[in-house]
Amino acid sequence: MSAKTVLKGNELTVYLTGEIDHHSARNIREMTDSMIQQSQPRLLRLNFSGVSFMDSSGIGLIMGRYRMMKLYGGDLRVINVPSGLRRIMEMSGLGSLNVLESEVDS
Amino acid sequence: MNVHNEMTLTFESRSANEAFARTAAAAFLMQLDPTVGELSEIKTAVSEAVTNSIVHAYGNNIGIVRMNVRILDNNQVCIRIKDSGCGIPDIRAAMEPLFTTAPEEERAGLGFAVMENFCDSVSVRSRVGKGTTVTLRKTISPRVSDV
Repeated sequence: MSAKTVLKGNELTVYLTGEIDHHSARNIREMTDSMIQQSQPRLLRLNFSGVSFMDSSGIGLIMGRYRMMKLYGGDLRVINVPSGLRRIMEMSGLGSLNVLESEVDS
Repeated sequence: MNVHNEMTLTFESRSANEAFARTAAAAFLMQLDPTVGELSEIKTAVSEAVTNSIVHAYGNNIGIVRMNVRILDNNQVCIRIKDSGCGIPDIRAAMEPLFTTAPEEERAGLGFAVMENFCDSVSVRSRVGKGTTVTLRKTISPRVSDV
């Protein structure tokens, strides 16, 4: 699992690659949160295009970042979700938070 | 019900073993020629059950998790994940979506919901102070050449 962050203006994008489980989520969380605190972006994008596996730890990761962005008055978008991860994302109730996007990241 | 093949693994309740356990279960079941979707569902369900043992059963201690995978008649798969940890006082409450005792770890409380969604059946046996056994059952669709 690895994550790369790109800050453009006040928009922060985190590119996630590999497998997200309870073990790997901790590093992603720490890295993302320190970037959020440093840059206080208006928009956080979590780009899932490189994620090959995810269990409910990934849902916890998204929910936690959603709460954090709301705390700073910002927004969260979850983008480029591979088709294999759609089911777990949809059954988790993330749909009601309106953060899932299917469009291709520019 | 006949057992056609079986494997058992024991490993320490370290979070690095979450990936090991789900990958090992998936590798064993490759002989059934599952679809990518079926394999992903099994990996996800195993990951949830093993993570429960690691996070909840043993907490900050290291204990032993035992995973038994059996291939039964008609491509039925039975996976048992057993720990000797703290046990679950109220199984019904623990299986409720969004129930979690570890919000500080950002557990979404969806572990059992995911297992139920991705398997044909999930059963849980637990005794407080003794441990928990989660049994996942799923039938892999037969290969076209077998039909």
